[in-house]
Amino acid sequence: MSQQTDSANEWPLWEVFVRSKAGLDHKHCGSLHAADAKMAIQMARDVYTRRQEGSSVWVVKSDQIVASDPGDKDMYFDPAEDKVYRHPTFYQLPKAVDHM
Amino acid sequence: MSAASIELTLTPATTYLLRIGDTCLILAQRLGEWCGHAPVLEEDIAMANIALDLIGQARALLAHAGALEGAGHDEDQLAFLRNERDYFNLTLVEQPRGDFAASVLRNAMVATWLKLLWQRLAAESTDDEVRAIAAKAVKEARYHQQHSADWVVRLGDGTAESRRRMEDAFAGLWRFAAEMFDTDAADEAAAAQGLGPRWSELEAPWRAEMRAILDEATLEVPADSAFRSDGKRGRHSEHMGFILADMQYLQRAFPGGVW
Repeated sequence: MSQQTDSANEWPLWEVFVRSKAGLDHKHCGSLHAADAKMAIQMARDVYTRRQEGSSVWVVKSDQIVASDPGDKDMYFDPAEDKVYRHPTFYQLPKAVDHM
Repeated sequence: MSAASIELTLTPATTYLLRIGDTCLILAQRLGEWCGHAPVLEEDIAMANIALDLIGQARALLAHAGALEGAGHDEDQLAFLRNERDYFNLTLVEQPRGDFAASVLRNAMVATWLKLLWQRLAAESTDDEVRAIAAKAVKEARYHQQHSADWVVRLGDGTAESRRRMEDAFAGLWRFAAEMFDTDAADEAAAAQGLGPRWSELEAPWRAEMRAILDEATLEVPADSAFRSDGKRGRHSEHMGFILADMQYLQRAFPGGVW
């Protein structure tokens, strides 16, 4: 809806994390543009918690997130593919240990 | 076929409640005009959220006023089938949408007023239903006030243009504030029967909260004028007929229509 075409004039981008209820973790749910942290929190509330999704929100400036390089995907993640023994599913648990 | 207007049988209590409910209803309609037109997508959603909160408050109050009236009028009939003189909203909320500065200033003025009113009603009303409506609404009004006051500060203490627009907004809207606080027979009766406070009692705290917002926005408190508006007694500005035509068209043309 903005008339701005020059991205240099746009408000910075923020990533939004919403916690659905106390005790659960904050989950990434999207992003938005806002001028500062206070505005970002209010907008996150207005945009991402309208259907009772949240009891807490975090916002993080997108440029503060350091991400792995998509080009490194093969090197980083494929080597784990054939190492099923890393899952702790090969142990016999004592009967007394429920809900593992 | 079209729907005829309903006739109201007013008491001081129903008048008192309709003044608040109609103020919420008409402001919600005005805020709806931002849908698809706000400066940024996130504010578009924020304005619609505020409008929907206000419609919820209006529904609750209109339904309750209809029940107290006892003539079988439900909230939809009260919202859509009254004549102009039977709406009792503040004249402030029927003023045209204006630019974003005018809209957030009006929201700040009304939200501050409603928050103070809901707080009093939640704490003191002898009407259980009104206390319950107010207890829910006060949380909504607190957020509306924070959201709109933030924008008044950002624009007032912003660029030369945003400041000019905020000053213009004050010049256009501040004179409508007096209507929020003048007391009359309906007000006195509501206070006497414990339904709610005299609106004049809200003036000092409202002025203090607005002054704090203005100070932060580095704006001068505008001078008071002798201008008086009278929407809450059914005497509206020239804008009211147009907004009612927008609101009422469907129910008038297709009586009882639902979707």
